Amino acid sequence: MDHFLQNLINALQWGSFYAVISIGYSMVYGVLMLFNFAHGDIFMVGTYIGLGIATMLLALFSAVLPGWFIFILTVVITMFLAAFVGAFIELVGYRPLRGAPRASAAITGLMIGIIFETGNLIILGAQRFSFPELIKSVSYNVGGVYFTNVKVLIIVVSLILMLALHTFIQKSKWGMAMRAMSYNFLAVPLMGVSINIIAPLTFAIGAGLASVAGILYGQAYPVLDPYMGVLLGWKAFVAAILGGRGSIMGAALAGYMLGFIEIFIAMAFPSTFRDLIAYSIILIILTFRPRGFFGMAHSTQLRL
Amino acid sequence: MEMIKNFLRQFTVVPLVGWLIGSFVAVLLEYYLGDAISYYLYLPKIPVLFGALTMLKEPLLIPSVLAYDLIIYIVPVLLLGRLLAAFSNRVATWFEALPLWLATVVHLAAFYGILHLWAGINDYRVLVVKLTMVAIILTVSLNIINGYQGEFSCSHPGFMALGAYASSSLTLMLFADDKMFGAALLPPALGPWLFPLILIFGGAVAAIGSLVVAIPSFRTRGDYLAIISLAFMFIVKSAIENMEFLGGPRGMSSQPNYATLPIIFIWTMLCIWIIHNFISSTMGKALNAVRDNEAAANSMTVNTRKTKMTAFMFGAFWAGVAGGLFAHVLRYVNPGTFGIQKLAEILAMVYFGGLNSIYGSIVGAVSISVLGEALRPLELFKWIIIPLILILVMIFRPYGLISFTEINVKGLMRPKNRSRSGGAE
Repeated sequence: MDHFLQNLINALQWGSFYAVISIGYSMVYGVLMLFNFAHGDIFMVGTYIGLGIATMLLALFSAVLPGWFIFILTVVITMFLAAFVGAFIELVGYRPLRGAPRASAAITGLMIGIIFETGNLIILGAQRFSFPELIKSVSYNVGGVYFTNVKVLIIVVSLILMLALHTFIQKSKWGMAMRAMSYNFLAVPLMGVSINIIAPLTFAIGAGLASVAGILYGQAYPVLDPYMGVLLGWKAFVAAILGGRGSIMGAALAGYMLGFIEIFIAMAFPSTFRDLIAYSIILIILTFRPRGFFGMAHSTQLRL
Repeated sequence: MEMIKNFLRQFTVVPLVGWLIGSFVAVLLEYYLGDAISYYLYLPKIPVLFGALTMLKEPLLIPSVLAYDLIIYIVPVLLLGRLLAAFSNRVATWFEALPLWLATVVHLAAFYGILHLWAGINDYRVLVVKLTMVAIILTVSLNIINGYQGEFSCSHPGFMALGAYASSSLTLMLFADDKMFGAALLPPALGPWLFPLILIFGGAVAAIGSLVVAIPSFRTRGDYLAIISLAFMFIVKSAIENMEFLGGPRGMSSQPNYATLPIIFIWTMLCIWIIHNFISSTMGKALNAVRDNEAAANSMTVNTRKTKMTAFMFGAFWAGVAGGLFAHVLRYVNPGTFGIQKLAEILAMVYFGGLNSIYGSIVGAVSISVLGEALRPLELFKWIIIPLILILVMIFRPYGLISFTEINVKGLMRPKNRSRSGGAE
């Protein structure tokens, strides 16, 4: 039972990354009906921006300010900067392709991702950076279950982010515009809501979320490399599909589910079987429930 | 500008035969005089790939390389092509009277001769040509699924891995003394003769594996099928990684050297021919119908399930064959090869070249693989330049460079002296 609880916490932590990243995929899909395949690499870029900001803030203020304040400051500044990266990608990579077939946008996304990875390698070189520890890790032992405050922080911050996003989407005027856009792509621009504002905003929010996920990831697994976004990104993409395209709640839930599947498979089988079993489960789910968990039925006419 | 146009107009009368003769002479020239000419131009050796590598590595040698290209390739091809235009047009007219298949085979044989001489200069060229041909098979076969059938399938590396592992385990088991499978079961002399059967076996394994993707495609399309195919690719990769008897993550090595240049050339041409026939058949038209409107196609008596299944199995078969050839070219495979990187490469070739077009696929495969080799000295910057080119192509030609066009073999080979001034084409 202790073992189970231990893994439960690990799975919640691991699933939080997937959930926060897959929301970015899902939001872009909801508004623009395409998948931003560069999102995994936006996550990577966000992590590196966070690394830079955190190192700078630590160098400047570590004597004056407490660690948690620096953490909050890092999150806010990084989110802001990463949001610009997201909006920029929309402007350069996706806006010229509005009328193009969706597969072209997919290829463009893949290529932007490759440019980011290589650009990182060229600018920063092959040396591995390690994320500074912003919050001193303290482990607790409650009834035989070990956990650290970093794990709790990751889970709590992810939940807060998702809650904030949910409120934004449901309550604010911009959120309403986004929902309207995902409901009808053609009629909403006629009502005076410009797609050229909503689309970059969506990309910006997705990128901001991904960058926070990156900072949290850096707290849990400090060693960064330029290709860290690839595997995490593809898995988050799978989670976004599994949750039902365009459904933000579905994406978050599917992200947590993927985390659970992976952690609990590693408990029962050798870890090399993790991908095999996880993807087999996904294949079976999609074969019998092709719409994902919360996806609306689109017509089969939809062409990629 | 006018001058260039006039200059180019000189060459509109040269038929394909003329160009072939010109290139043949150019290649012969390189074969016999290449060493001497490169010695006098202060080149260390005959530049591979038209000197692209040398130019990027040592910019001081650019004039020499350009002079070499001019002397060996450009001048003989253009000069002979133009001078022999009358003669080659007569030959082309003569070819036109022959049955189409015979004329095509003769052209291909001549082309192969040129390629063989050109590649024979050094081993690196041979490898580049072989890998390019494998890439052509892969791209054309993925175009069946992604272009003609209109899905977004990501499972091609998976099919390739199935074919590669099936065929290389068979060759290792039957014709090679190997530490994994023990002594050879059949005399090794039989190997090259049975190699086609082994490739077909690899293709068949891939085709059967493709049912995992084809059957869900009855109910779903687009994004979900993309994920199913992606999941299939990851499943194949990690399944092979976990099979210790196939070498696990370390892979398989020392396959016998059966995939020689002529064999690969024949398979590539066979692939293009068969896929061309498939695309022009009723089944090929049904693919387009299913892509454009599935319900309408269904009501017009197209059996959509059969069509989708055929497209997937057929595409996967050729991917498996390409995988088998790939394994025997490199004589080493490991599961890590067949991952996201390979997928991005194949997709780039298909979408760069053009959807719904065999011609485009050939162009895409050749240009991306040759570009990849030629930009090798740039190291990391190569992975900035190629993606940028692709993004530009996607922005300005969203369906790819040459999309929705078919090869017109007869038109390619026709004599060019008629219909000069806008006459009947």
